[in-house]
Amino acid sequence: MNESKKDITIVCFSGDFDKILAAFTMATGAAATNRKVTMFFTFWGLNVLKKEQGRKWLGQGIMAKVFNFLMGGRKKLPLSRLNFGGISPSLMTSMMKKHNVATLPELIEAAHALGIRILACEMALHILELERDDLIEEVEDVVGVATFLNESENGHIIFV
Amino acid sequence: MNFLDITRETCPMTFVKVKLALAKMESGQELEVILKAGEPLENVPRSCEEQGYQVLSIDDCGDHKHRIMIKK
Repeated sequence: MNESKKDITIVCFSGDFDKILAAFTMATGAAATNRKVTMFFTFWGLNVLKKEQGRKWLGQGIMAKVFNFLMGGRKKLPLSRLNFGGISPSLMTSMMKKHNVATLPELIEAAHALGIRILACEMALHILELERDDLIEEVEDVVGVATFLNESENGHIIFV
Repeated sequence: MNFLDITRETCPMTFVKVKLALAKMESGQELEVILKAGEPLENVPRSCEEQGYQVLSIDDCGDHKHRIMIKK
């Protein structure tokens, strides 16, 4: 490991398909070139980590259920522009496959294989009434902002 | 012999596949990688050396492809 390389923390706030794709591309690229990488998912970004990849009424209260249903999971991430009612991400994925560019599931699998730390925001989970069990197994921990700041003290923080 | 052709891969899977292939190998084993000129050729050997692996050779195979041999 090269000592001069800074650690990288990527805050995944957005749940947009294209922004998450950029976050995972940076994360896997950085990890593959010998950097320690942490990805901290909060708010809309949590949609990527839900076990349920489609739409499901998660949570207890009506508000949480409606929000979780509308937000959906990994397969429902919208494109930040030109979403066309949700059809664009699948069109984009087919274009990516055509050009042999790694798709989002492939990048997530690579991130796990490379040992990238995946953290979920405790506060956002609490608001949305999600439990640790609602998230994929790759999530290493559920943490608050203090832990996230402590762990990224000496590295770069990228906000997506 | 461990072999990896990443000529059809694009960033970041070029680095990712090499890194994961090396991670599965035993120390002392060799990996043959076929890659394209440009970013993969510039960065894959450097990235391997940073991890303490030895780049034994880099050969031009023509058609913008190169063969590199890495020893873990």
